[in-house]
Amino acid sequence: MRSASSARSRWGLRALGLGYLTLLLLAPLVAIFYKTFEHGLAPPLDAITSADGLHALKLSLLMVVIAVPLNTIFGIGCALLLVRHKWKGNAVIDAVINLPFAISPVVIGLSLFLLYGTQGWLGPTLAENGIEILFSVPGMVLASIFVSVPFVVRETVPVLQEIGTEQEQAASTLGANAWQTFRRITLPSIRWGVAYGVVLTTARVLGEFGAVSIVSGSRSGETETLPLFVKKAFDNFEFAGAYGASVLLAVLALSTLLAMNVLKRKEDA
Amino acid sequence: MGITVEGASKRFGDFQALKDVSIEVPNGSLTALLGPSGSGKSTLLRTIAGLETLDGGRVLIDDEDVSTKPVQKREVGFVFQHYAAFKHMTVFENVGFGLKIRKWDKAKVADRVHELLRLVQLDGLAGRFPSQLSGGQRQRMALARALAVEPQVLLLDEPFGALDAKVRKDLRTWLRHLHEEMHVTTIFVTHDQEEAMDVAEQLVVMNNGQVEQSGSADDLYENPANEFVMSFVGEVNRLGDSFVRPHDMEVVLDADERTQEGMVQRIVALGFEIRVEFVLADGTEIWAQLTRPELQRLELVEGQIAYLRPAQAKSFNGSSPSETIGASTPHGSPDEGDAEKPAAV
Amino acid sequence: MEAHAQSAPVAPRAGLRLPGVGAGLGRGTVVLYLSLIVLLPLAALVDQSLEGGLGNFWTQVTSPPALDSLKLTAVCSLIVVVVNGFFGTIIAWLLVRDQFPGKSAVNAVIDLPFALPTIVASLVLIELYGAHSPFGIDIALTRAAIVVALCFVTLPFVVRAVQPLLIEMDREMEEAAASLGASGFTIFRRIIFPNLLPGLAAGVALAFARALGEYGSVLLFAGGLPDTRVSSVFIASQVENGQNTGAAAVSVVLLAAAMAMLGLITLIQRWSSKHERSQAGTATGGLTLTPMSGEDYTEEGDDEVR
Repeated sequence: MRSASSARSRWGLRALGLGYLTLLLLAPLVAIFYKTFEHGLAPPLDAITSADGLHALKLSLLMVVIAVPLNTIFGIGCALLLVRHKWKGNAVIDAVINLPFAISPVVIGLSLFLLYGTQGWLGPTLAENGIEILFSVPGMVLASIFVSVPFVVRETVPVLQEIGTEQEQAASTLGANAWQTFRRITLPSIRWGVAYGVVLTTARVLGEFGAVSIVSGSRSGETETLPLFVKKAFDNFEFAGAYGASVLLAVLALSTLLAMNVLKRKEDA
Repeated sequence: MGITVEGASKRFGDFQALKDVSIEVPNGSLTALLGPSGSGKSTLLRTIAGLETLDGGRVLIDDEDVSTKPVQKREVGFVFQHYAAFKHMTVFENVGFGLKIRKWDKAKVADRVHELLRLVQLDGLAGRFPSQLSGGQRQRMALARALAVEPQVLLLDEPFGALDAKVRKDLRTWLRHLHEEMHVTTIFVTHDQEEAMDVAEQLVVMNNGQVEQSGSADDLYENPANEFVMSFVGEVNRLGDSFVRPHDMEVVLDADERTQEGMVQRIVALGFEIRVEFVLADGTEIWAQLTRPELQRLELVEGQIAYLRPAQAKSFNGSSPSETIGASTPHGSPDEGDAEKPAAV
Repeated sequence: MEAHAQSAPVAPRAGLRLPGVGAGLGRGTVVLYLSLIVLLPLAALVDQSLEGGLGNFWTQVTSPPALDSLKLTAVCSLIVVVVNGFFGTIIAWLLVRDQFPGKSAVNAVIDLPFALPTIVASLVLIELYGAHSPFGIDIALTRAAIVVALCFVTLPFVVRAVQPLLIEMDREMEEAAASLGASGFTIFRRIIFPNLLPGLAAGVALAFARALGEYGSVLLFAGGLPDTRVSSVFIASQVENGQNTGAAAVSVVLLAAAMAMLGLITLIQRWSSKHERSQAGTATGGLTLTPMSGEDYTEEGDDEVR
């Protein structure tokens, strides 16, 4: 069907689609790099390497280091459970796991705030034992875990379904026990799916803003992650700092994109 | 509507799918495009439909050059191996699709759809979805859908390839009856020579993007143009330069100047016919097809020595086939012409 | 996130079977983890929202600032999903069916809103479409800004939901329709689009849920002016003012809406797996984890050789 009108509609579609993309996604991408280095490398670099900036970076990385492994282990275990063991409650587990996708981060933050607050169900008990959740690191960690629960599970489940059980059954007939089978057969087959999930989890934790801001009180130098740092800098008209941190986060985001692409190809192969 | 293809050539990347192919399909006939995978038969069919465009050559339907006509306008009915059912529509909507977009009014559409469903024996299933039908039913629906708009030409691309053997046999008989009733010029693609010979009036054997031979089933069987055709349309034993059909392989218990010695390796009973596998003195493995009475008369057992003599053999030197009848040695030099057939046992 | 699009609706089958005790333990751990991390906080939220009774809940939710924010959020989200439904489908089409230089880069960039922190998105949008806009477009602190920000963050949901369906679409259906005389547009309208619909619907539902709750990208770009205060911003400001119950009440409304969207997506999946032989996960961009009922869908009298 090669005709003038189909060529016209092809170009029309391209104009619409790519035009929209450019205005919405590409332009912003370009803008942020431009804006930051407009006056050279120094201002943003100075800002990030300030005491507050470094602390924010460290805190963000701390979130990642705690939340990602926890959710990865949970994710693989949960995926195995859902795919390999039939249970009426699986549908419910499924639904609960999907919740963090759809709920507002602010709502998530508030719910944690209420649970661990001075009048919450767990707050007072924990406080009596000297454990502070809100306005300090543990609360932020809980928030980070909450928002990033789904990713590893979601990416692992389809892979598990696809590889089927035959290899595992073969391993059993050859004498492997459950753990050996898991470590030598199952895990290697799902590794790209898991890796992809890990990348998404990391990106989500690094970029989390709303939930963490409510839970942490955003105290500079103490309970401020990089995204919170950006907001505070912006509010104080410290644009170099805001942009500097933003660019760092953007660079991390682009690395995430790159990793996603590479892993997606490995997964499909 | 007769179909003519002249000098068709088509390439996909580095792969030359069609190399200067020309065929003639008479009006109202039922023709099979037969060949192995990659022979170009599906490509040729799709070219006739307009689903592929040719790099060179042309396609004529009813003497009109349609090479540049888009598929929508060619009025060809096309049936796909995997049915291409519109999954989101009911059987009724599927069959009525072509009529609906031609803006027929609802009552007429309903009449025609039900008429066709009766024809393909799917009446009563009009409200079902394709996913609720069996493979055979889906294919019949696809046929009804293609026939609904009264195409000039009906093209079927390995229509029974995805079906069970029994269903396949039933449907091809059914297709033949349908053709007898409707007389639409029909071309179908298959790699199954039995299917082609059972159904089609004319067979076009293709290999490697070229036509090897076309003709009736008998023509191709009795007078194959080359080794490829001969071995594709029937079983063949190779003796040196000659090719002998297993049922032309005579088995006798006494040697004479025309026979070769062979040892019985295996006797397999396949219903009425028996397949007797031999190994010759020089290690060549051949087999002869005998009937039960023949086997009983010869009283052959495994390990026994017997003597083999081709009643008929063919050789193909260069491009011209020649036939050796009877009297030559199986390894033979081609013996052109008219030696008499020995009395068949 | 890249919604994984290749799950087959396979009923859970025996495989790596942990012995009876192991499975129970595993299940217990999963349930405990989810309860602690997700369910308990949400329960506390609901509890707080009902402080003062149902009547108070209603009062809080219908108070003018709360109600205004909810209306604004709902309207903006609706506009956004319509816009992104349209453009998202076009973009998915281009990515699957068209060829142009840089296509794979474009494909990768679609996921940018997934990867980029929302607060950074807000900042960037101000740069481009705020006071110092190189295009001369200044929509910062307006309602338009809300729509633009929400479009930014929800575009990938739609594209990634439609893309797998397009990829898996049986081209022969389109060829069959063409052989029956259908033009390009007719083929799209009657054959392609109906088969995309489950994915599109699911993508739109998820995008809507996301848009309702979006915070970071809207915060700086649209600000928290009375005019442009979406519910998430409202809730945050209520928390700052110590109005926990009011914040919780509105939060519960958002929570309910999000759950409704998730439920809708599940329904769409079930419907689509019933009617088509396509895989449920594919049809809805992989949102489902396991088939809800675990039934193994077989057709009657299937005599196919595959």
